[in-house]
Amino acid sequence: MTGTRHRVRVNTPQRICALLIATMIISGTTTSALTAQRENRPVVVASKPFGESYLLAEMFSQVLESRGFSVDRKPGLGATEIAFGALRTNAIDAYPEYTGTGLIAILHDTLPDSVTADPRAVFAHVARRFVDLYHVRWLPPLGFQNTYAIAVTRSTASRYHLRTLSDLAREGSHLTAGFTADFIGRNDGLVGLARVYGLKPRAVRPLAPAVKYQALASGAVDVIDGYSTDGLLARYDLVTLIDDKHFFPPYEAAALISNRLDTEAPGAVAALTLLSGRLDEKTMRQLNRRVEVDGEDVKKVASDELAALGLTGVTRAKGSIQDAPSGQQSGFLRYLWDRRATIAELTMRHLELVAVALFAAVIIAVPLGLGLERTRRIAEPTIGGLGVLQTIPSIALLAFMIPFLGVGVAPALVALWLYALYPIARGTYTGVRDADPDAVAAAEALGTTPTQRLLWVRLPLAAPVIMAGIRTAAVITVGAATLAAFIGAGGLGEPIVAGLALADTRMILSGALPAAVLALAVDGVLAIVERLVAPAHRRKRFRRSQTEGPDPAITPAV
Amino acid sequence: MSISLAARNVSHRFGNVVALDDVSIEIPAGRATALVGESGSGKTTLLRCFNRLVEPERGQVMVGGEDVRTQSPASLRRGIGYVQQHGGLLPHWRILRNVALVPTLQHMPDSTDAARRALELVGLPSTQFGSRFPHELSGGQRQRVALARSIAARPGVILLDEPFGALDAISRAELQESFDNLRRDLTVTTLLVTHDLAEAGRLAEEVVVMRKGRIEQRGSMRDLIHAPATDYVARLIERARAGLEALRA
Repeated sequence: MTGTRHRVRVNTPQRICALLIATMIISGTTTSALTAQRENRPVVVASKPFGESYLLAEMFSQVLESRGFSVDRKPGLGATEIAFGALRTNAIDAYPEYTGTGLIAILHDTLPDSVTADPRAVFAHVARRFVDLYHVRWLPPLGFQNTYAIAVTRSTASRYHLRTLSDLAREGSHLTAGFTADFIGRNDGLVGLARVYGLKPRAVRPLAPAVKYQALASGAVDVIDGYSTDGLLARYDLVTLIDDKHFFPPYEAAALISNRLDTEAPGAVAALTLLSGRLDEKTMRQLNRRVEVDGEDVKKVASDELAALGLTGVTRAKGSIQDAPSGQQSGFLRYLWDRRATIAELTMRHLELVAVALFAAVIIAVPLGLGLERTRRIAEPTIGGLGVLQTIPSIALLAFMIPFLGVGVAPALVALWLYALYPIARGTYTGVRDADPDAVAAAEALGTTPTQRLLWVRLPLAAPVIMAGIRTAAVITVGAATLAAFIGAGGLGEPIVAGLALADTRMILSGALPAAVLALAVDGVLAIVERLVAPAHRRKRFRRSQTEGPDPAITPAV
Repeated sequence: MSISLAARNVSHRFGNVVALDDVSIEIPAGRATALVGESGSGKTTLLRCFNRLVEPERGQVMVGGEDVRTQSPASLRRGIGYVQQHGGLLPHWRILRNVALVPTLQHMPDSTDAARRALELVGLPSTQFGSRFPHELSGGQRQRVALARSIAARPGVILLDEPFGALDAISRAELQESFDNLRRDLTVTTLLVTHDLAEAGRLAEEVVVMRKGRIEQRGSMRDLIHAPATDYVARLIERARAGLEALRA
């Protein structure tokens, strides 16, 4: 359902840059809170942001809870880079992963074809290498594979007699492919398919994961890449072509567990192992279908299946009771109303993130901008440096902070803080630099000290420009804070990420709409602040009509 | 109490451009002097040497018999009035507070009263104008406020850098009148930079004509008219007279 199953490598200069920044920040106050939180904490179960990963993580969580462990859920962590980075540093304890992803995206290993063809051999290789390199253990596989599935409609399959990928390569010149951008560029994607099968479609259209099934169903494209357990394969009655040359490595699903969990909580590891070998591909496809196509609640689907497997008895997971009634038939407003408590909670969390990050940015960037006005030679390079921070993709920035700050609120705050620095510092510096030159010159000629000029003249006159920078930063931060969900910091990004993963538009909107409203509200509040800090002569306008008679500005010179 | 000004063998360049070329001048206490010349003649640079807005490369600058470098720029400037072409009032401060700036900097206990008296002197009663903002005044009124600000702390010397330059004729006449009144009521040394010879003649007892960083001639307006030292001064007089003739016709 999504292209984020595999991590996207970020190139080295960006990595070094972000590491440096993260190192600079590590002395910050945010770490202490996190350290306290680590002691005696519950088992932290995470997932990546796509439907099946949510579902498996929920099953992990419920199995653990049924055995008396308390669980902290961190669903929808960014992508492989963030989820694995968090696991490696014990910031999370378990998440579902796939052997093929471990092999290609984490280890960057290539294996002989004979090994690749054997899922057991691949698992053995990956498991051994992970222990050697990262001290991270794969629990025995869950029992199903979720490999790449090259799919066509049933009518296309019968018209061109397509059963295998070799058949597809033979008919390639008649067919238009719609592949995710990720798949098009990967060696184990289209590049490799062209090499191994000689596949050359008539045209290749890059498609977003969310639209590819519709594109195929409507006939806009003839072939797509999917995942073999996607619920939508069944919904659209698609034909998955057989990988007759065993090109794709096996993507066996299994629980990855942290070193901490392995050494400190063997009971929890044992509980998770109960799921090993219990889920076959057909079951998984049905479960995914219930989540992705029928819109059923993940918690309910998970608990039903665990009950069916006899792993939780009749115990229903905590939390599932309060969930909103499911089913697409109820109206959107009703849906929002039913979730009002959750939305309010997420909005408050979102607002907290924004407020703390913005406040910290203001108390650093405003004095910085003022200081730079006094040392103008280094001003542009310094502000330019902050500008470069804006170009670091937020997912990458979050990923780099995991070794220092783990997952959760701390790295999200630091990232938001870094993004907010630039507009505020730029506004402050420009504002004080360009403040009324005649007034500044006169103040100098009459014997004010540089500090007096700054505080009495430049700063008050620059206030509107500084506030404009802060407002820009605030709106950016409200938007960027939705990404905090990728690193388990909560906020309105949570339903957005989950909704994208579960193909649930209402869920996406239940995060996106409040976020938009919040952005407007924050901007509105800051507009009032801006009016309050405006230089006195600009404010005068609002009061003059009450306190004075005719407008003195138009009094003729006497 | 007025104080004297002196420049001794002062030279200064901006990059490669010579602004002052070995200029020496003594201005006795209480005298009103005008520096006249075209743009680039060095008149403004010379003026700005006296309150250290320009630090000359060579030579000595004296205020009240002391080298200006014996004081910090800020404390030197608090004792010298200054008016620039665009008054430079602080736009976010009310008129009274603007005028009280230097008394406040000098920690005078009655700085507001000093500001009120200064406003009266330039004909802008503080009861009517004190609580307004600069943008609520006309250009001429703003320039008079700048003049009031320059004398509020009763300095011994006032430097005026083309204070009438950006004003229309009527505002200019008003301001000149205020300036005359001031000169009558206060004993103060004034040094005025202008490119207008007629204005110099009206407001100053002594006129210094500058050209290319040097002093061309110095004397009363009468001296300049009757005994121009150089062709340049003679031409300057001729041009100013032609301007007035045009009005008479």
